[in-house]
Amino acid sequence: MKRPFVRRMAFAVLVAAVAMFSLAPVAWQAVTSVKPEAELTRLPPILPVDPTLDHYRAVLGDASFLRTIGNSLAVASASTLVALTLGSLAAFSLARLEFKGKGAVLGVALAISMFPPVATVSPLYLVVRALGLRDTWTALIALHAAFALPLTLWVLTNFFRDIPEELYHAARLDGCGPLQAFLRILLPLAAPGLGAAAILAFIFSWNEFLFALTFTTTEASRTVPVGIALFPGMHEIPYGDIAAASLVATLPAISLALIFQRRIAEGLTAGATKG
Amino acid sequence: MRPDERRLGYALVGPAVLVLTAVALLPILAAAGLSFQRRMPIFEIGEYVGLANYRFLAGDPRFWNSLFNTAYFTIVSVILELAAGLAIAVLLDRPFSGRGWMRAVLLVPWAIPTVVSARMWEWLYNGEFGLLNYLLRATGLSVEPVNWLGNPHWAIHAAILMDVWKTTPFAALLLTAGLQTVPRDLYRAARVDGAGPWEIFRRIMLPALKPMILVVLLFRTLDAFRVFDAVYVLTGGGPANTTETLSIYAYKVLFQTLQFGYGSALAVTAFLCVALISLVYLALLGREYWKRMLA
Repeated sequence: MKRPFVRRMAFAVLVAAVAMFSLAPVAWQAVTSVKPEAELTRLPPILPVDPTLDHYRAVLGDASFLRTIGNSLAVASASTLVALTLGSLAAFSLARLEFKGKGAVLGVALAISMFPPVATVSPLYLVVRALGLRDTWTALIALHAAFALPLTLWVLTNFFRDIPEELYHAARLDGCGPLQAFLRILLPLAAPGLGAAAILAFIFSWNEFLFALTFTTTEASRTVPVGIALFPGMHEIPYGDIAAASLVATLPAISLALIFQRRIAEGLTAGATKG
Repeated sequence: MRPDERRLGYALVGPAVLVLTAVALLPILAAAGLSFQRRMPIFEIGEYVGLANYRFLAGDPRFWNSLFNTAYFTIVSVILELAAGLAIAVLLDRPFSGRGWMRAVLLVPWAIPTVVSARMWEWLYNGEFGLLNYLLRATGLSVEPVNWLGNPHWAIHAAILMDVWKTTPFAALLLTAGLQTVPRDLYRAARVDGAGPWEIFRRIMLPALKPMILVVLLFRTLDAFRVFDAVYVLTGGGPANTTETLSIYAYKVLFQTLQFGYGSALAVTAFLCVALISLVYLALLGREYWKRMLA
């Protein structure tokens, strides 16, 4: 059954419009990032007449910007690892072991994922200061891991539940302890779920701003979003450099999202609805 | 074996519960404690003042202004996101080549760091050299350049448009997943019975999507209500505090004026608002949803 030509065209136009709306601001940033300084303050032309990589050279040659990327990579990787370790143990236990209070744990995790971060930041600041952890990776890693934990817990609990129960029981009958059955049978089978949870946790940490702004004071621990928000501008705002830095900062999150788009879409949906 | 298993269960959940308690639950209680104090950490000032901060809050026009801004931002952006998300979900709910690509395209705004998107839109909105004003002029829609972020009337709407751009994909993804649960035969049967597209949308899609719409509304409302980084980086709360949301005001009081007592009172108020909104949705979503979520 073929649709009439006009309707197919209308459909194509609408889809193209949605794609345009999603991509246009990013595309404009890409255009801006290769325009020489003089062309930034001139419209038209829209496209660069004399494209240049100067802004990328400036940004990638800037030690303090590179430092923020290094900090972000370290904080995001470490907090993902912590969230995943704690999250997978807890999720296995919630999905397969018998004990009381499981609903309460999931409920509290859900409630925490809805906290406004500003509501916890004042006492956290006092504690972090008292412990001498201001401007360190440690403070951010702990905070990002904790606030990524609820989503991790949800996604993984669903994945463990979806693995047929018989596999777990068969492993137990073959003489595996619960922990062994988890490590040898369930964990490898849950690899896609672990991947989805890891990407969500990594992107969360890579993008997080409020805690990063509060707990970092120098480039020793400043992460990329803070670096971009506070982008140095002595007299005027260097839009070309900001555009280049923005695209560099976006690259890790976007590439993860695009490579694992199906998993992420599934993970997000499962997190909200227990698909 | 059973008691063993129970012990193991608690042991495995324990670390996660401990971390959530230490980093999220206790701080909320501690913030409530701080909100009853006059506290300025660098001067080592700290004294119990009872409800004084809340009494001040009730008469603080800047608080009411920020609450109004937050509510306006939340309501307008969530309605627009839901409408756009529904439209996109219905549009993409048919097999066509390039559907996987569309999902990838939709994930782009979602994955971009909020701060980056704020700086992106700041440049698009730029009064002199921004693309938006150029396009308006080129198409003849507006001859005078609009000072999007400097004009008290436009700034909040500029922030809303940015938020809609960034978060509609999330709504669209969830709603697409919701539509996939509708059996295709139902559409065919409806068409055979003479139903038009609008009737199919109203009578089949909308009822099937109702639970998912509520879920989208819940997540988006709470996210919009606690908005911080997007607006903080785009406008800093200006001009003339017209885009200052509750989170931004609380943050400024905490870390620019270092009044930890009053700042915590504002933060706790934000938390209570979020809790109240959650309770409303909790009731709307009904017991079935929560049973399924927590079972």
